[in-house]
Amino acid sequence: MRKTALSEEILLQVEKPARYIGNEVNSVVKNREDVAVRFAMCFPDVYEIGMSHLGIQILYSMFNSWEDVWCERVYSPWTDLDRIMREQDIPLFGLESQEPVKEMDFLGITLQYEMCYTNILQILELSQIPLQATERGEDMPVVIGGGPCTYNPEPIADFFDLFYIGEGETQYRRLLDWYVENRKQGGTRQEFLRGAAQIPGIYVPQFYEELYHEDGTISGRRKLYEELPDRVRKEIVTDVSDTYYPLKPVVPFIKVTQDRVVLEIQRGCIRGCRFCQAGQIYRPVRERDAEVLKKYAVEMLANTGHEEISLSSLSSSDYSRLDELLEFLIEECGRKHINISLPSLRIDAFSLDVMSKVQDVKKSSLTFAPEAGSQRLRDVINKGLTEEVILKGSALAFEGGWTRVKLYFMLGLPTETEEDIRGIGELSNKIAATFFETVPKDRRVNGKVQIVTSTSFFIPKPFTPFQWASMCTKEEFLEKAYQTKKGIMEQLNQKSIKYNWHEADVSVLEGVFARGDRRIAKVILEAYRRGCLFDSWSEYFKNDVWLQCFEDCGVDIGFYTTRERADDEIFPWDFIDCGITRQFLLKEWKKAQEGVVSPNCQTQCQGCGAGTFQCGICPTAS
Amino acid sequence: MKIRIKFSKYGTMKYIGHLDMMRFFQKAIRRAGIDVRYSEGFSPHQIMSFAAPLGVGMESCGEYMDIEVLSMTTAQEMKEALNRVMVEGVEILSVSILPDHVQNAMASVAAASYLLQKKEGDYPVDELTGKLEAFLAQETIPYTKETKKGVKELNLKEGIYELEAESNRAIRMLVNASSSGNIKPGMVMDAFSAFAGVEIPPSAYRIIKLETYMDPAANGKDRQGSHKLIPLDAVQ
Ligand code: SF4
Ligand code: SF4
Repeated sequence: MRKTALSEEILLQVEKPARYIGNEVNSVVKNREDVAVRFAMCFPDVYEIGMSHLGIQILYSMFNSWEDVWCERVYSPWTDLDRIMREQDIPLFGLESQEPVKEMDFLGITLQYEMCYTNILQILELSQIPLQATERGEDMPVVIGGGPCTYNPEPIADFFDLFYIGEGETQYRRLLDWYVENRKQGGTRQEFLRGAAQIPGIYVPQFYEELYHEDGTISGRRKLYEELPDRVRKEIVTDVSDTYYPLKPVVPFIKVTQDRVVLEIQRGCIRGCRFCQAGQIYRPVRERDAEVLKKYAVEMLANTGHEEISLSSLSSSDYSRLDELLEFLIEECGRKHINISLPSLRIDAFSLDVMSKVQDVKKSSLTFAPEAGSQRLRDVINKGLTEEVILKGSALAFEGGWTRVKLYFMLGLPTETEEDIRGIGELSNKIAATFFETVPKDRRVNGKVQIVTSTSFFIPKPFTPFQWASMCTKEEFLEKAYQTKKGIMEQLNQKSIKYNWHEADVSVLEGVFARGDRRIAKVILEAYRRGCLFDSWSEYFKNDVWLQCFEDCGVDIGFYTTRERADDEIFPWDFIDCGITRQFLLKEWKKAQEGVVSPNCQTQCQGCGAGTFQCGICPTAS
Repeated sequence: MKIRIKFSKYGTMKYIGHLDMMRFFQKAIRRAGIDVRYSEGFSPHQIMSFAAPLGVGMESCGEYMDIEVLSMTTAQEMKEALNRVMVEGVEILSVSILPDHVQNAMASVAAASYLLQKKEGDYPVDELTGKLEAFLAQETIPYTKETKKGVKELNLKEGIYELEAESNRAIRMLVNASSSGNIKPGMVMDAFSAFAGVEIPPSAYRIIKLETYMDPAANGKDRQGSHKLIPLDAVQ
């Protein structure tokens, strides 16, 4: 019978024991004697969040499709179990085997957002693996980082043996083969890492040193061995229709955030909004063949029994065969009583028609993300959405029976003025007015319209044209939120508008981590030592502890957030080659300051540099 | 067509709560390709009803649920199809087609039998089992139930139909499990440990539900006198 790493007494004592027992449908159990490599794949957050992540499911199924590899899942134990494991000295374990992570060959940690950094340390410590990569002995697992945060891995570089930059499907086989070969030859951990550093996409941070100017900015990097690459180029799947896909994803027992089949229709985005990191680092856009997707949908629904399917991509409306795919899904899912959860589509006659077929119009809402309140600022950030399009779309939707609208904006964008902020209230008001103009009194279903306007704070991210931009202070952010609120209160239809804003404290920290360098690591370690964990959960986020740690470690927050960067400053992430050239980003940064928009990849190639991958939408793909 | 499914739940599956078991079965029924009936509306759900929720931590070899299907081949094939999509710790024991007049599983439940096995621990269970008869022979068996609203005094006597030692390590009981008079095995053990003057914590024994019964004559009401109890899947 299946064993559990935790005793019955513990399992009956903690919240949601199903987080820790494994045994889910489609989870893969192999015989440890039959495999050469054991890989623990970790999402450093609670089970329900981690289980919802597509990337892990892709890699899990890829690894387990290889006979000689057994990949297991690991998530952050929730705070109740965390305490018990520390008290009783229980090592963190893989869900499938229920055996300690420290006995495995690799621990891969996916880094999806900066606020998970203390959870990385929790995973390592509970696994009883030394936190510093250089202190790990021969028998310790190799700790690998992957995911979007590796596009600036420097703040957490000390904790990782290596980073895999880019899409995981391409080089893992080679990495594992080298691992097995090195072990056969009796090679050491250091020898493995040196060989790994030669594999495309693999970065071994301990072989490099960051050097600084007197003013604290970076002067360069020194590498330990001559043969090491100066730059690490991201890995990319050139044909996304012919690669690994998790046709039998693990089906959790408990309700998780994404409790459905996820169909990734494309990677990348054509749009190039200047604040958006995903829009840059995943270039070029690569569509997955619609026939392949239809086949996947049918198989995955059959293999999981899920009652819902959703499409996933950065900008689904840009997928060229969306109408055909949706038509198929509506027909297929209708017969099988499967719900379709639509990603946010551009609001037009087509999408409204589709939405009315798959959701209850009265209960669902429309989503617009203008991101900025005025046309001027939308041009600065290269967001193509115009007021006219929004109002037209809303009018159409209101006629179709919708009464709820969600609006997303950002505060603190470069060049933002008070007028731009006032625009947020004004636009919200115009949408409400559109409702009263288009829907006569006797046809108003719920009697009224409900606009929910939300703002988040702008955080400059690496590999975006705004990587040079200064970020606001917490006080400036809060003042802007206050102005937004005031602007909304002044509107005629203010009763129809609800305003939400994001926490400012956590945005500031995220800003530090996003553009931080190696000197941040000691602050993260110190904060963890003082009890910071699950920082992305507002109830656990301890801002005062963090601020104290920055002060005690002598690290100035403003250096990383508000400071203006010179055009030629060397950034911590410059050694990564994500395809997009620095010249392109700088040109876009200048155009932004002049308020000049750039056409998207579909309209006209901007020669961003990703064409060197010779795939997807780029003219260089043959 | 109404279908009654009997299943067991054991091993690590005892940590899966009742609502999650329902979700598990909804997905399993789809994986098994069963032509199940759905409700109408924008988010249709399967017509499904469980006999009685099993508490987290308990195991069972007598759980029941009812579904409705639009078409099927044979009960045996449905059983096999379901077993192909189960996980370790849940097994489909029987599938039966219900006559139309039969009440749903939840309304039918009259009683349940349980086996309580001693786990490791140093309380004197051998001596204790000897006191069972005297315990059951009491005029009343008082039990204080703590609810959210406060405490409630109950008399368990009427609802304990059978109580005996299986061996010197295990106790078997048959108790009322109807929605109005449900008695949990832990309640009986608490009352018994108070009677015997020994502290027996819930962690000291493992609970396995053996069978869920209905009383064909009582028509779903509390069991009166000595009606014959039959397992839920023995309906004709
Ligand atoms: S549309 Fe803009 S914000 Fe959205 S993913 Fe593309 S570039 Fe990013
Ligand atoms: S090279 Fe051109 S088409 Fe390709 S991603 Fe860059 S801008 Fe778009």
